[in-house]
Amino acid sequence: MTESILRLVDVTRTHGTGETAVHALRGVSLEVRPGELVAVMGPSGSGKSTLLNVAGGLDKVTSGEVLIEGEPLSTMSALQLAALRRRRVGFVFQDFNLIPSLTAGENVALPLELDGLSPRKARHFASDALDLVGLRELIDRFPDKMSGGQQQRVAIARALVGDRRLVMADEPTGALDSHTGEGVLRVLRERCDSGAAGLLVTHEARHAAWADRVVFLRDGVVVDTTGSPDEIHDLLAGAGH
Amino acid sequence: MSVKLGMLALLAEEPMYGAQLRSEFEGRTGGTWPLNVGQVYTTLARLERDGMVVQDAEPDEEGRIRYQLTDLGRTEVMAWWETPVRREETPRDELVIKLALAVTTPGVDVRTVVQTQRTATIRHLRDLTRVKTQASDRHTSEGEQRDLAWLLVVENLIFAAESEVRWLDHVESSLARAAAMPRRPALTDGASTRPGTNQPSTNQPGTTDSSSTDLQGAKK
Repeated sequence: MTESILRLVDVTRTHGTGETAVHALRGVSLEVRPGELVAVMGPSGSGKSTLLNVAGGLDKVTSGEVLIEGEPLSTMSALQLAALRRRRVGFVFQDFNLIPSLTAGENVALPLELDGLSPRKARHFASDALDLVGLRELIDRFPDKMSGGQQQRVAIARALVGDRRLVMADEPTGALDSHTGEGVLRVLRERCDSGAAGLLVTHEARHAAWADRVVFLRDGVVVDTTGSPDEIHDLLAGAGH
Repeated sequence: MSVKLGMLALLAEEPMYGAQLRSEFEGRTGGTWPLNVGQVYTTLARLERDGMVVQDAEPDEEGRIRYQLTDLGRTEVMAWWETPVRREETPRDELVIKLALAVTTPGVDVRTVVQTQRTATIRHLRDLTRVKTQASDRHTSEGEQRDLAWLLVVENLIFAAESEVRWLDHVESSLARAAAMPRRPALTDGASTRPGTNQPSTNQPGTTDSSSTDLQGAKK
């Protein structure tokens, strides 16, 4: 079986102590393999964003373990975690989070340059990443001259530039109309089909439906999962139409 | 009703024999509602009885009998295109009935009933989304009108599944709100009790009158 890119083992995250303690996550285990897009759904306060933050090394677990490509995050220093986020994990947020004074190419190249790569090489990788989301021709355009859907595709390119294979997406279509949002999910889906692993937090069933698996959180606990799709047999007789 | 009218609409284009009607119906609707041959011939017999179709006098060289529309049948098809599909009558829906009963039956874990359904519906939605992605890629590349028709059928199913999930979310949040509300003291006068609550204390005979009035259409 393919090794997971992301693995959470019995993760708990508690904010505060004693009677005021808030148990954001309580014993969550989860795996995301290469080629998989996993969606996390749940009502407000169910722990979705906390799950994304601990999975991406932005927040620390109270107990349990998060492993990215087999390496436990608990043993990493702050510097090592920062390097991990530059090299191996990408984030896509609802409001794109592109730097307005940088072009699309510079935004995508930024994590690589911060990691010490030469600007020329970083631009080369950025160009490839933009090509994969269908935006190579906009490499020199500034974010304010791009549509919301294009900006979010740049954010996906930035999340997966270079060797990064794990993307965390927190309501990535929230600010977009449904058609544009679908285009963004299509790109995310394609990147996962090409071998990346994705963890998508959403409250929209229509968006979660692009994932291979949907995990349902409630009060910090995984209460159910759809499981992975088998072959889509007999769903519609017209599937072979 | 939809099979009968669908078959009439196909016959309005040209006379057809039974197997042809079946494959056309399935092809145009993406095979989402498969027909069996018996159903096709039973429907044709009824249409013939009602004077909307007639058989050709002679079978063709392969022994197949074609059916064609009468003027009455043509009028029926025209009326179908010109009038809206009626939605006033509330159809019986197993899920709605199941949840209404779950909410009012002591000892049923409604949240689990809701979650089990949500998981199943999202699984269905995911599979439909995959089928749609494949179909829309094909439509873009081939641009056939028939693929577009099928895509629209799939999207209708996607909208329906999405709507069901939203309703389940609504059910869950309504239950949570109801559970958080302070309980009212039990009243002897059932009519004063809040209808639609899931609290066992209000689950008395005579308190469901208002809801049954709301659902009168479902009696059909």
